[in-house]
Amino acid sequence: MATSVTQRTSTTDEFLKGLWRDNPVFVQVLGMCPVLAVSNTARNALAMGLATLFVLVMSNTVISLLRRFIPKQVRIATYILVIATFVTVVDYVIQAISLDLYKALGAFISLIVVNCLILGRAEAFASRNTVGRAVADGLGMGIGFAFALLCLGAVREILGSGSLFGVHLFHEGFQDWVVMILPSGGFFTLAGWLLLFNKLEQRKTARARALAEETAR
Amino acid sequence: MTGVWPMYRAMVGIGLACGLLIVTVFQLTLPVIERNKAEALQRAIFQVLPGASSSTAFSLDADETFRRQEQPADAARRVYAGYDDQRRLVGLAVEAQGMGYQDVIRVLYGYSFEQDAIIGIRVLESKETPGLGDRIETDPAFLENFVRLDVSLTEDGSRIAQSIEYVKQGRKTEPWQVDGITGATISSKAIANMLSASSAFWIPRIQRRLDDFRTAG
Repeated sequence: MATSVTQRTSTTDEFLKGLWRDNPVFVQVLGMCPVLAVSNTARNALAMGLATLFVLVMSNTVISLLRRFIPKQVRIATYILVIATFVTVVDYVIQAISLDLYKALGAFISLIVVNCLILGRAEAFASRNTVGRAVADGLGMGIGFAFALLCLGAVREILGSGSLFGVHLFHEGFQDWVVMILPSGGFFTLAGWLLLFNKLEQRKTARARALAEETAR
Repeated sequence: MTGVWPMYRAMVGIGLACGLLIVTVFQLTLPVIERNKAEALQRAIFQVLPGASSSTAFSLDADETFRRQEQPADAARRVYAGYDDQRRLVGLAVEAQGMGYQDVIRVLYGYSFEQDAIIGIRVLESKETPGLGDRIETDPAFLENFVRLDVSLTEDGSRIAQSIEYVKQGRKTEPWQVDGITGATISSKAIANMLSASSAFWIPRIQRRLDDFRTAG
Protein backbone atom coordinates (compact mmCIF):
# COMPACT_ATOMS: atom_id res chain seq x y z
CA MET A 1 0.00 0.00 0.00
CA ALA A 2 2.70 2.42 1.05
CA THR A 3 4.85 1.57 -1.97
CA SER A 4 2.03 2.23 -4.40
CA VAL A 5 1.53 5.67 -2.89
CA THR A 6 5.20 6.58 -3.18
CA GLN A 7 5.16 5.20 -6.72
CA ARG A 8 2.24 7.44 -7.64
CA THR A 9 3.64 10.58 -6.07
CA SER A 10 6.98 10.04 -7.73
CA THR A 11 5.37 9.58 -11.17
CA THR A 12 3.56 12.87 -10.69
CA ASP A 13 6.83 14.32 -9.52
CA GLU A 14 8.58 13.08 -12.68
CA PHE A 15 5.97 15.00 -14.63
CA LEU A 16 6.13 18.17 -12.56
CA LYS A 17 9.89 18.51 -12.33
CA GLY A 18 10.25 19.27 -16.04
CA LEU A 19 7.67 22.03 -15.89
CA TRP A 20 9.40 24.20 -13.37
CA ARG A 21 12.12 22.95 -11.03
CA ASP A 22 14.22 21.30 -13.77
CA ASN A 23 12.81 23.25 -16.71
CA PRO A 24 14.91 22.19 -19.71
CA VAL A 25 15.43 25.73 -20.98
CA PHE A 26 15.39 28.02 -17.96
CA VAL A 27 17.14 25.72 -15.51
CA GLN A 28 19.08 23.10 -17.49
CA VAL A 29 19.73 25.43 -20.47
CA LEU A 30 19.39 22.57 -22.99
CA GLY A 31 18.40 22.61 -26.65
CA MET A 32 19.42 26.22 -27.22
CA CYS A 33 19.57 25.95 -31.01
CA PRO A 34 15.80 25.77 -31.61
CA VAL A 35 15.12 27.98 -28.58
CA LEU A 36 17.06 30.87 -30.07
CA ALA A 37 16.30 30.24 -33.71
CA VAL A 38 12.56 29.66 -33.97
CA SER A 39 11.25 31.75 -31.11
CA ASN A 40 10.80 34.86 -33.26
CA THR A 41 7.01 34.57 -33.19
CA ALA A 42 4.71 32.95 -30.65
CA ARG A 43 3.20 30.71 -33.32
CA ASN A 44 6.54 29.31 -34.48
CA ALA A 45 7.65 28.83 -30.89
CA LEU A 46 4.51 26.95 -29.96
CA ALA A 47 4.69 24.74 -33.05
CA MET A 48 8.33 23.93 -32.38
CA GLY A 49 7.53 23.22 -28.73
CA LEU A 50 4.69 20.86 -29.63
CA ALA A 51 6.81 19.06 -32.24
CA THR A 52 9.56 18.55 -29.69
CA LEU A 53 7.02 17.43 -27.09
CA PHE A 54 5.68 14.78 -29.45
CA VAL A 55 9.13 13.47 -30.35
CA LEU A 56 10.20 13.45 -26.72
CA VAL A 57 7.16 11.53 -25.45
CA MET A 58 7.25 9.01 -28.30
CA SER A 59 10.98 8.36 -28.09
CA ASN A 60 10.84 8.09 -24.29
CA THR A 61 8.01 5.56 -24.59
CA VAL A 62 9.70 3.41 -27.22
CA ILE A 63 13.10 3.49 -25.55
CA SER A 64 11.62 2.64 -22.18
CA LEU A 65 9.69 -0.28 -23.73
CA LEU A 66 12.80 -1.60 -25.47
CA ARG A 67 15.25 -0.90 -22.63
CA ARG A 68 15.92 -4.62 -22.00
CA PHE A 69 16.13 -5.41 -25.71
CA ILE A 70 18.81 -2.85 -26.59
CA PRO A 71 22.39 -3.89 -25.74
CA LYS A 72 24.46 -1.23 -24.02
CA GLN A 73 27.04 -1.00 -26.82
CA VAL A 74 24.60 0.09 -29.51
CA ARG A 75 22.23 2.12 -27.36
CA ILE A 76 23.14 5.60 -28.63
CA ALA A 77 22.85 4.54 -32.27
CA THR A 78 19.49 2.95 -31.55
CA TYR A 79 18.21 5.99 -29.66
CA ILE A 80 19.18 8.27 -32.55
CA LEU A 81 17.42 5.91 -34.95
CA VAL A 82 14.22 6.01 -32.91
CA ILE A 83 14.38 9.79 -32.46
CA ALA A 84 15.10 10.39 -36.16
CA THR A 85 12.10 8.26 -37.10
CA PHE A 86 9.71 10.32 -35.01
CA VAL A 87 11.25 13.55 -36.27
CA THR A 88 10.63 12.41 -39.85
CA VAL A 89 7.05 11.61 -38.92
CA VAL A 90 6.60 15.11 -37.44
CA ASP A 91 8.17 16.62 -40.55
CA TYR A 92 5.58 15.00 -42.83
CA VAL A 93 2.69 15.74 -40.48
CA ILE A 94 3.57 19.45 -40.30
CA GLN A 95 3.79 19.61 -44.09
CA ALA A 96 0.34 18.07 -44.21
CA ILE A 97 -1.07 20.49 -41.62
CA SER A 98 0.28 23.76 -42.98
CA LEU A 99 2.89 24.56 -45.61
CA ASP A 100 3.28 28.08 -44.23
CA LEU A 101 4.20 26.72 -40.83
CA TYR A 102 6.56 24.24 -42.45
CA LYS A 103 8.24 27.08 -44.33
CA ALA A 104 8.58 29.14 -41.15
CA LEU A 105 10.15 26.32 -39.13
CA GLY A 106 12.45 25.44 -42.02
CA ALA A 107 15.40 23.27 -41.22
CA PHE A 108 14.72 23.31 -37.49
CA ILE A 109 12.24 20.45 -37.66
CA SER A 110 14.92 18.06 -38.87
CA LEU A 111 17.30 19.46 -36.29
CA ILE A 112 15.08 18.17 -33.47
CA VAL A 113 17.10 14.97 -34.00
CA VAL A 114 20.16 16.58 -32.49
CA ASN A 115 18.33 18.38 -29.70
CA CYS A 116 20.37 17.22 -26.73
CA LEU A 117 17.27 17.39 -24.52
CA ILE A 118 15.72 14.39 -26.28
CA LEU A 119 18.81 12.19 -26.36
CA GLY A 120 19.55 13.31 -22.82
CA ARG A 121 16.17 12.16 -21.50
CA ALA A 122 16.45 8.89 -23.43
CA GLU A 123 19.86 8.11 -22.00
CA ALA A 124 19.45 9.49 -18.50
CA PHE A 125 15.85 8.59 -17.81
CA ALA A 126 13.84 6.49 -20.26
CA SER A 127 16.43 3.72 -20.56
CA ARG A 128 16.34 3.17 -16.78
CA ASN A 129 12.69 3.62 -15.87
CA THR A 130 9.30 2.05 -16.47
CA VAL A 131 7.11 3.19 -19.36
CA GLY A 132 4.72 5.12 -17.13
CA ARG A 133 7.48 7.15 -15.54
CA ALA A 134 9.23 7.67 -18.87
CA VAL A 135 6.02 9.03 -20.41
CA ALA A 136 5.48 11.32 -17.40
CA ASP A 137 9.05 12.55 -17.69
CA GLY A 138 8.69 13.12 -21.46
CA LEU A 139 5.42 14.99 -21.01
CA GLY A 140 6.80 17.14 -18.22
CA MET A 141 10.04 18.01 -19.98
CA GLY A 142 8.28 18.50 -23.32
CA ILE A 143 5.63 20.81 -21.89
CA GLY A 144 8.32 22.66 -19.95
CA PHE A 145 10.28 23.11 -23.16
CA ALA A 146 7.22 24.26 -25.11
CA PHE A 147 6.30 26.66 -22.29
CA ALA A 148 9.79 28.16 -22.29
CA LEU A 149 9.77 28.56 -26.07
CA LEU A 150 6.38 30.23 -25.86
CA CYS A 151 7.70 32.62 -23.18
CA LEU A 152 10.50 33.67 -25.51
CA GLY A 153 8.35 33.73 -28.62
CA ALA A 154 5.66 35.87 -27.00
CA VAL A 155 8.11 38.50 -25.73
CA ARG A 156 9.97 38.63 -29.04
CA GLU A 157 6.81 38.87 -31.13
CA ILE A 158 5.20 41.54 -28.92
CA LEU A 159 8.28 43.74 -28.98
CA GLY A 160 9.55 42.86 -32.44
CA SER A 161 6.34 42.92 -34.45
CA GLY A 162 3.85 44.54 -32.08
CA SER A 163 1.59 41.50 -32.21
CA LEU A 164 0.87 38.21 -30.48
CA PHE A 165 -0.10 35.13 -32.53
CA GLY A 166 -0.45 37.52 -35.47
CA VAL A 167 -2.98 39.77 -33.69
CA HIS A 168 -1.85 43.39 -33.56
CA LEU A 169 -1.70 44.78 -30.05
CA PHE A 170 -0.64 48.38 -30.44
CA HIS A 171 -1.89 51.30 -32.47
CA GLU A 172 -0.18 52.54 -35.64
CA GLY A 173 2.41 54.64 -33.79
CA PHE A 174 4.21 51.61 -32.32
CA GLN A 175 7.73 51.32 -33.69
CA ASP A 176 8.77 47.64 -33.93
CA TRP A 177 11.99 46.66 -32.20
CA VAL A 178 13.35 44.86 -35.22
CA VAL A 179 16.33 43.59 -33.24
CA MET A 180 14.00 41.40 -31.17
CA ILE A 181 13.09 39.17 -34.11
CA LEU A 182 16.68 38.98 -35.31
CA PRO A 183 18.94 36.30 -33.78
CA SER A 184 20.41 38.75 -31.27
CA GLY A 185 16.91 39.37 -29.88
CA GLY A 186 16.77 35.68 -28.99
CA PHE A 187 19.82 36.05 -26.80
CA PHE A 188 18.48 39.21 -25.14
CA THR A 189 15.14 37.61 -24.35
CA LEU A 190 16.70 34.38 -23.12
CA ALA A 191 19.04 36.38 -20.89
CA GLY A 192 16.06 38.24 -19.44
CA TRP A 193 14.16 35.04 -18.64
CA LEU A 194 17.24 33.34 -17.17
CA LEU A 195 17.79 36.39 -14.98
CA LEU A 196 14.23 36.16 -13.71
CA PHE A 197 14.51 32.42 -12.99
CA ASN A 198 17.84 32.75 -11.22
CA LYS A 199 16.47 35.63 -9.15
CA LEU A 200 13.46 33.54 -8.11
CA GLU A 201 15.74 30.61 -7.27
CA GLN A 202 18.02 32.80 -5.17
CA ARG A 203 15.09 34.26 -3.28
CA LYS A 204 13.79 30.78 -2.56
CA THR A 205 17.14 29.56 -1.19
CA ALA A 206 17.54 32.71 0.87
CA ARG A 207 14.08 32.27 2.34
CA ALA A 208 14.72 28.57 3.09
CA ARG A 209 17.96 29.47 4.83
CA ALA A 210 16.28 32.14 6.89
CA LEU A 211 13.57 29.68 7.88
CA ALA A 212 16.16 27.07 8.86
CA GLU A 213 18.04 29.56 11.00
CA GLU A 214 14.84 30.62 12.69
CA THR A 215 13.88 27.05 13.60
CA ALA A 216 17.44 26.36 14.80
CA ARG A 217 17.20 29.27 17.13
CA MET B 1 29.85 -14.90 -30.82
CA THR B 2 27.64 -14.25 -27.84
CA GLY B 3 26.91 -10.58 -27.50
CA VAL B 4 26.93 -9.87 -31.21
CA TRP B 5 23.54 -11.32 -31.99
CA PRO B 6 21.60 -9.06 -29.58
CA MET B 7 23.26 -6.04 -31.18
CA TYR B 8 22.27 -7.12 -34.67
CA ARG B 9 18.82 -7.99 -33.45
CA ALA B 10 18.35 -4.59 -31.85
CA MET B 11 19.77 -2.48 -34.66
CA VAL B 12 18.22 -4.35 -37.59
CA GLY B 13 14.91 -4.97 -35.84
CA ILE B 14 14.44 -1.39 -34.74
CA GLY B 15 15.73 -0.13 -38.08
CA LEU B 16 13.13 -2.17 -39.94
CA ALA B 17 10.32 -1.08 -37.65
CA CYS B 18 11.36 2.58 -38.01
CA GLY B 19 11.60 2.29 -41.78
CA LEU B 20 8.15 0.79 -41.93
CA LEU B 21 6.71 3.57 -39.77
CA ILE B 22 8.28 6.28 -41.94
CA VAL B 23 7.00 4.72 -45.16
CA THR B 24 3.50 4.41 -43.71
CA VAL B 25 3.40 8.03 -42.59
CA PHE B 26 4.85 9.17 -45.91
CA GLN B 27 2.18 7.29 -47.84
CA LEU B 28 -0.59 8.62 -45.62
CA THR B 29 0.47 12.26 -45.74
CA LEU B 30 1.60 12.39 -49.39
CA PRO B 31 -1.82 13.12 -50.93
CA VAL B 32 -2.53 15.82 -48.33
CA ILE B 33 0.87 17.45 -48.85
CA GLU B 34 0.45 17.40 -52.64
CA ARG B 35 -2.97 18.95 -52.30
CA ASN B 36 -1.61 21.65 -49.96
CA LYS B 37 1.12 22.51 -52.45
CA ALA B 38 -1.31 22.64 -55.35
CA GLU B 39 -3.67 24.84 -53.34
CA ALA B 40 -0.87 27.18 -52.32
CA LEU B 41 0.15 27.56 -55.95
CA GLN B 42 -3.45 28.08 -57.02
CA ARG B 43 -3.91 30.80 -54.40
CA ALA B 44 -0.71 32.47 -55.55
CA ILE B 45 -1.86 32.40 -59.19
CA PHE B 46 -5.20 34.00 -58.35
CA GLN B 47 -3.45 36.58 -56.23
CA VAL B 48 -1.06 37.73 -58.96
CA LEU B 49 -3.79 37.65 -61.61
CA PRO B 50 -6.74 39.54 -60.12
CA GLY B 51 -9.97 38.48 -61.83
CA ALA B 52 -8.82 34.95 -62.65
CA SER B 53 -10.97 32.12 -61.36
CA SER B 54 -9.33 29.10 -62.98
CA SER B 55 -5.88 28.29 -64.26
CA THR B 56 -4.11 25.86 -66.56
CA ALA B 57 -0.44 24.96 -66.74
CA PHE B 58 1.37 25.29 -70.07
CA SER B 59 4.87 24.29 -71.05
CA LEU B 60 7.09 25.87 -73.65
CA ASP B 61 8.05 23.30 -76.27
CA ALA B 62 11.26 23.12 -78.24
CA ASP B 63 9.55 24.76 -81.23
CA GLU B 64 8.67 27.85 -79.11
CA THR B 65 4.96 27.03 -78.91
CA PHE B 66 3.02 26.59 -75.71
CA ARG B 67 1.23 23.36 -75.05
CA ARG B 68 -1.17 22.44 -72.31
CA GLN B 69 0.69 20.53 -69.66
CA GLU B 70 -1.10 17.47 -68.36
CA GLN B 71 1.67 16.03 -66.24
CA PRO B 72 3.71 18.43 -64.16
CA ALA B 73 7.21 17.93 -65.50
CA ASP B 74 9.80 20.61 -66.18
CA ALA B 75 8.98 23.52 -63.88
CA ALA B 76 11.56 25.76 -65.52
CA ARG B 77 9.64 25.91 -68.82
CA ARG B 78 6.18 26.28 -67.35
CA VAL B 79 3.70 29.14 -67.18
CA TYR B 80 0.16 29.28 -65.84
CA ALA B 81 -2.66 30.84 -67.81
CA GLY B 82 -5.43 32.39 -65.73
CA TYR B 83 -9.01 32.60 -67.02
CA ASP B 84 -12.02 34.49 -65.72
CA ASP B 85 -15.57 33.16 -65.27
CA GLN B 86 -16.30 33.41 -69.00
CA ARG B 87 -13.13 31.40 -69.78
CA ARG B 88 -11.47 34.50 -71.20
CA LEU B 89 -7.70 34.76 -70.80
CA VAL B 90 -6.88 37.23 -68.01
CA GLY B 91 -3.11 36.92 -68.00
CA LEU B 92 -0.22 34.62 -67.28
CA ALA B 93 1.52 33.71 -64.09
CA VAL B 94 5.23 33.01 -64.42
CA GLU B 95 7.70 31.74 -61.89
CA ALA B 96 11.06 33.46 -61.50
CA GLN B 97 13.93 32.87 -59.15
CA GLY B 98 17.22 34.41 -58.20
CA MET B 99 19.74 34.69 -55.44
CA GLY B 100 18.64 36.80 -52.48
CA TYR B 101 20.57 37.75 -49.36
CA GLN B 102 20.41 34.34 -47.66
CA ASP B 103 19.25 31.87 -50.25
CA VAL B 104 17.37 31.57 -53.53
CA ILE B 105 14.13 33.56 -53.65
CA ARG B 106 11.31 32.15 -55.76
CA VAL B 107 8.47 34.40 -56.84
CA LEU B 108 5.40 34.12 -59.01
CA TYR B 109 4.39 37.17 -61.02
CA GLY B 110 1.32 37.95 -63.03
CA TYR B 111 1.60 39.35 -66.54
CA SER B 112 -1.27 41.14 -68.21
CA PHE B 113 -0.95 41.29 -72.01
CA GLU B 114 -3.69 43.92 -72.16
CA GLN B 115 -1.81 46.32 -69.91
CA ASP B 116 1.66 45.22 -71.10
CA ALA B 117 2.60 45.12 -67.47
CA ILE B 118 3.35 42.97 -64.45
CA ILE B 119 0.26 43.27 -62.29
CA GLY B 120 1.08 41.27 -59.19
CA ILE B 121 3.81 39.40 -57.43
CA ARG B 122 3.95 36.83 -54.68
CA VAL B 123 6.98 35.36 -52.98
CA LEU B 124 6.74 31.57 -53.02
CA GLU B 125 9.92 30.82 -51.15
CA SER B 126 12.40 33.00 -49.33
CA LYS B 127 14.69 32.77 -46.34
CA GLU B 128 15.35 36.51 -46.15
CA THR B 129 16.11 38.09 -42.79
CA PRO B 130 12.93 38.46 -40.73
CA GLY B 131 12.09 42.10 -40.19
CA LEU B 132 14.46 43.37 -42.89
CA GLY B 133 14.73 41.35 -46.09
CA ASP B 134 11.33 39.76 -45.71
CA ARG B 135 9.74 43.17 -46.23
CA ILE B 136 9.79 42.26 -49.93
CA GLU B 137 6.69 40.26 -48.99
CA THR B 138 4.96 42.75 -46.72
CA ASP B 139 6.10 46.32 -47.42
CA PRO B 140 3.08 48.08 -48.99
CA ALA B 141 5.22 50.72 -50.73
CA PHE B 142 7.38 48.04 -52.31
CA LEU B 143 4.41 45.94 -53.43
CA GLU B 144 2.97 49.10 -55.00
CA ASN B 145 5.70 48.69 -57.66
CA PHE B 146 3.98 45.62 -59.00
CA VAL B 147 0.49 46.98 -59.40
CA ARG B 148 1.49 48.01 -62.87
CA LEU B 149 5.15 47.50 -63.77
CA ASP B 150 5.71 48.30 -67.43
CA VAL B 151 7.15 45.51 -69.60
CA SER B 152 5.92 46.64 -73.05
CA LEU B 153 7.75 45.25 -76.06
CA THR B 154 9.55 47.04 -78.87
CA GLU B 155 7.72 47.67 -82.20
CA ASP B 156 8.76 44.32 -83.71
CA GLY B 157 7.96 42.45 -80.49
CA SER B 158 11.36 40.83 -80.29
CA ARG B 159 12.37 42.17 -76.89
CA ILE B 160 11.27 44.34 -74.01
CA ALA B 161 11.60 48.03 -74.82
CA GLN B 162 12.82 49.07 -71.37
CA SER B 163 13.97 46.28 -69.13
CA ILE B 164 12.99 46.44 -65.48
CA GLU B 165 15.54 48.26 -63.36
CA TYR B 166 16.16 48.83 -59.69
CA VAL B 167 16.31 52.34 -58.25
CA LYS B 168 16.85 53.50 -54.67
CA GLN B 169 13.83 54.08 -52.48
CA GLY B 170 11.84 57.12 -53.59
CA ARG B 171 13.71 57.58 -56.89
CA LYS B 172 11.16 55.87 -59.14
CA THR B 173 10.26 58.10 -62.09
CA GLU B 174 9.56 55.66 -64.92
CA PRO B 175 6.91 52.90 -65.03
CA TRP B 176 9.54 50.16 -65.57
CA GLN B 177 11.54 51.04 -62.47
CA VAL B 178 11.35 49.19 -59.18
CA ASP B 179 11.55 51.37 -56.11
CA GLY B 180 13.80 49.56 -53.60
CA ILE B 181 13.53 49.23 -49.83
CA THR B 182 16.09 50.92 -47.60
CA GLY B 183 17.35 48.24 -45.22
CA ALA B 184 16.50 45.49 -47.68
CA THR B 185 18.56 46.64 -50.64
CA ILE B 186 19.90 43.23 -51.59
CA SER B 187 16.54 41.47 -51.32
CA SER B 188 14.60 44.14 -53.24
CA LYS B 189 17.31 44.37 -55.88
CA ALA B 190 17.19 40.59 -56.23
CA ILE B 191 13.46 40.80 -57.00
CA ALA B 192 14.02 43.50 -59.63
CA ASN B 193 16.84 41.49 -61.24
CA MET B 194 14.95 38.21 -61.38
CA LEU B 195 11.90 39.93 -62.84
CA SER B 196 14.06 41.67 -65.41
CA ALA B 197 15.72 38.42 -66.50
CA SER B 198 12.55 36.38 -66.46
CA SER B 199 10.44 38.95 -68.32
CA ALA B 200 13.13 39.35 -70.99
CA PHE B 201 12.88 35.63 -71.70
CA TRP B 202 9.18 34.98 -71.30
CA ILE B 203 7.25 38.04 -72.36
CA PRO B 204 8.29 38.19 -76.05
CA ARG B 205 7.60 34.43 -76.32
CA ILE B 206 4.23 34.71 -74.60
CA GLN B 207 3.17 37.70 -76.74
CA ARG B 208 4.03 35.84 -79.95
CA ARG B 209 1.93 32.82 -78.99
CA LEU B 210 -0.99 34.37 -77.11
CA ASP B 211 -3.41 32.35 -79.21
CA ASP B 212 -1.99 29.12 -77.78
CA PHE B 213 -3.50 30.08 -74.46
CA ARG B 214 -6.76 31.45 -75.85
CA THR B 215 -7.61 28.37 -77.91
CA ALA B 216 -6.65 25.94 -75.17
CA GLY B 217 -8.81 27.76 -72.65
